[in-house]
Amino acid sequence: MELLSQIFDLLRTPAFAASVLRITTPILFAALGGIMARRCGILNLALEGSMLTAALFAVVASAFTKKAVLGGVSAAVADPALVTKATNAGMLAGFIVGTLAGVAMAMFLAYMAVGLKADAYLAGLAINTMATGGTVFILYLAAGEKGISSSLDSGSMPFIDIPVIKDIPVIGEIFSGQNMMTYFSWICVAVVYFILFKTATGLRIRAVGENPHAAESVGVNVKKVQYIALAFSGLFCGFAGISLSMSYVQFFSRGMSSGKGFIGMSAMNLGNASPVATAVAALLFGFFDAMANVMQTLSVPVQFVQAIPYAATLLGLVVFAIQSDNKVKKLKAKQDK
Amino acid sequence: MPEEILLMDKITKVYPNGFVANKDVTFSINKGEIHALMGENGAGKSTLMKILFGIEPFEEGRIVLKGKEVRFSGPLDAIANGVGMVHQHFMLVPSLTVAENVVLGMEPKKGGMFDFEEAVRITQEACDKYNLKVDPRAKVEDLPVGNKQKVEIIKALVRGAEILILDEPTAVLTPQETAELFVELKHLKEQGHTLVFISHKLNEIKELCDRITILRLGKSVGKANIADVTEQDISRMMVGRDVVLKVDKTPAKPEETVLKVRDLKIVADSGKPIVNDISFSVRKGEILGMAGVEGNGQSQISEAITGLLGYQHGTISVNGVDLKGKKIREIRELGVSHISEDRNTYGAALISSVKDNILSDRYYKKEYNKGLLMDDKKINEMTDELIKEFLIKCDDRDDQVKMLSGGNVQKVVVAREFSNNPTLVIANQPTRGIDVGATEFIRKRLVELRDQGVAVLLISADLNEVLELSDSIIVMNEGKIAAYLEDASQITDMILGEYMLGVQTQTPEEIARVAYD
Repeated sequence: MELLSQIFDLLRTPAFAASVLRITTPILFAALGGIMARRCGILNLALEGSMLTAALFAVVASAFTKKAVLGGVSAAVADPALVTKATNAGMLAGFIVGTLAGVAMAMFLAYMAVGLKADAYLAGLAINTMATGGTVFILYLAAGEKGISSSLDSGSMPFIDIPVIKDIPVIGEIFSGQNMMTYFSWICVAVVYFILFKTATGLRIRAVGENPHAAESVGVNVKKVQYIALAFSGLFCGFAGISLSMSYVQFFSRGMSSGKGFIGMSAMNLGNASPVATAVAALLFGFFDAMANVMQTLSVPVQFVQAIPYAATLLGLVVFAIQSDNKVKKLKAKQDK
Repeated sequence: MPEEILLMDKITKVYPNGFVANKDVTFSINKGEIHALMGENGAGKSTLMKILFGIEPFEEGRIVLKGKEVRFSGPLDAIANGVGMVHQHFMLVPSLTVAENVVLGMEPKKGGMFDFEEAVRITQEACDKYNLKVDPRAKVEDLPVGNKQKVEIIKALVRGAEILILDEPTAVLTPQETAELFVELKHLKEQGHTLVFISHKLNEIKELCDRITILRLGKSVGKANIADVTEQDISRMMVGRDVVLKVDKTPAKPEETVLKVRDLKIVADSGKPIVNDISFSVRKGEILGMAGVEGNGQSQISEAITGLLGYQHGTISVNGVDLKGKKIREIRELGVSHISEDRNTYGAALISSVKDNILSDRYYKKEYNKGLLMDDKKINEMTDELIKEFLIKCDDRDDQVKMLSGGNVQKVVVAREFSNNPTLVIANQPTRGIDVGATEFIRKRLVELRDQGVAVLLISADLNEVLELSDSIIVMNEGKIAAYLEDASQITDMILGEYMLGVQTQTPEEIARVAYD
């Protein structure tokens, strides 16, 4: 009982709420990437590997750019103006290269699944496996290490204090002072909604995902639409990667995506590929992930704690499956009448 | 003087496998008419329309549209030239609205964004102009079938179709929806559109069309003004028999009833009744033929009997055992064998071996198992025997079935279904699309089974087969039995054709005779 009340006390703190937002960020980005792929009729199983790759390339590009701008001078003794310049350049380079890496991975999947008509599941699996080993290999080439990029001085996206809000107690603690990527992820929810439901391209993406033959019969270039949708999917994977390695932590470590791509995909499934519902589902998974973090400080077996977000994912999927099953049954009952 | 808008002149189409789908077919339509294209299944109607639409290439002949020779590279090209098609299977995206479906591929835009209101306006304008009532803002998945069809028609019209091909548009409609469609089609005609109406249903053609072209076995066999011909004339042109494969058989000696179907009713997901309160029996030692144009409920009846499809009302029993709620294996254990019309889905597993296909209905039986393992020796013996007995041409029992010819695949199916001591055989299109040798062989075996006291229900769209093989015949029309013809040898294809097309129907008392107890 005492343990439960301890947990409950921790969950009530503003710091916990803030950590939910923080942890949700990469999950939400991955889920948005999942939406774009699913809406065009392709399951992007490579979300996980794409964001891992993007995380690595962001760190490497950021560190190397910073180093180049500093021109071999140690940051500790260099002119402060130069350090600022180098930090900004590193940030920008990390953001751009990380994003491009995400898009490149998605285009690789698109080439295999759309261009060569390979099975998208298998191609996605292959990309994930490749990313697991490939990132370690590239990390070794770039940093001479196999576990963590601590020898690379990489940057981070800015943390933002929101005026006015930051001075409000509790609310300010939760919503202000987060990393830019966190705010950006929620803006992207609106962006995805806008693309899918307010543009002609979005209409085509949805049509292609649902009935490619119908789309083709009225002159829609199905392959082109799928390439575009997957490019968006990769873009969000890129953001997911950056939010892993260039926001709350400023390094890359092997396997640091630790299933967040798959959790994002589950959120997308749970939200039935609708942007708003998916965002809510991502928040839910972020909550359980954050709870696992909190419980590590208590005397709960660590393995149990680590299993919580995944168990929550499973539970979510089961609930969703039962729900949609009931819906189908209801529809059938209606027709039988 | 009517103006010819489209001429397909002496079109010949040979498929790569050597099948001649169209031979010197000439098809001409005039501006502003509704022209019926009629023919049995496999007569070449679909091929002809696919050629017109640019989906299939053709070997000989020419297509003249509005005085200019054309050859479309594909559907888009055809649409751009004013030829539209409403497919039997709708080309719609269910979760999108009607307006979104209509403008897909040519979306109106405002400031880079999709202009939904403009799409609604375009759709509404077409609805008003052509008197097609459907809500542009409704989601397609919520619409009844009849309205989905209207969306397809609007789609074609908005893209500027002057000639509209309708591929069996009434096949999926209820009678009320059909009546509504006809009013709309006549309205389209008044506005100067030209319509090609593909159908099997004589009464509909009589009601709606101006002229008719009839195809049979890939050739055009008749062309007429509807007003000048009777339904009997049309039916005669359509079903005329050419080749006659004679089957030697003695008169049947039917004994007690094996299959009893009573008041069977099957409703499709769309709510349309497909099989409507039918009753019939098949007796031991007889072949009951079920004739009819495809799509009149025959497939559903065979699937209901064999347990593949549920039914809403009625009873089906075999030797007095009710089949309701029985699993497919339980039904098979009662001695029901099934030759499915869909050989590649239900008949055989193409990537499996001949042996495994034959084994698939008996692998669990004691005689083929030895403790935990299968008795390979016995299984091989059994397979080899059947390969020999059924003259299956394969190198080895382990050959993949997909390597065999169609006729041999069907022989594998037949070998399995005939060798499990059946008491009732449901043979649905048993010889469709296979060579003459295999056809003859399978027909002979069916007669042999009958002589051994098996009850056989033969469902076939091949009139020749039904007439030659059956002892008695029931004719299906619109989900009902239109006739029971007790002595098949006294029946001509003309009579059969008239019942099939609904020109004639027997009285309920006459039909009720087939429900033996």
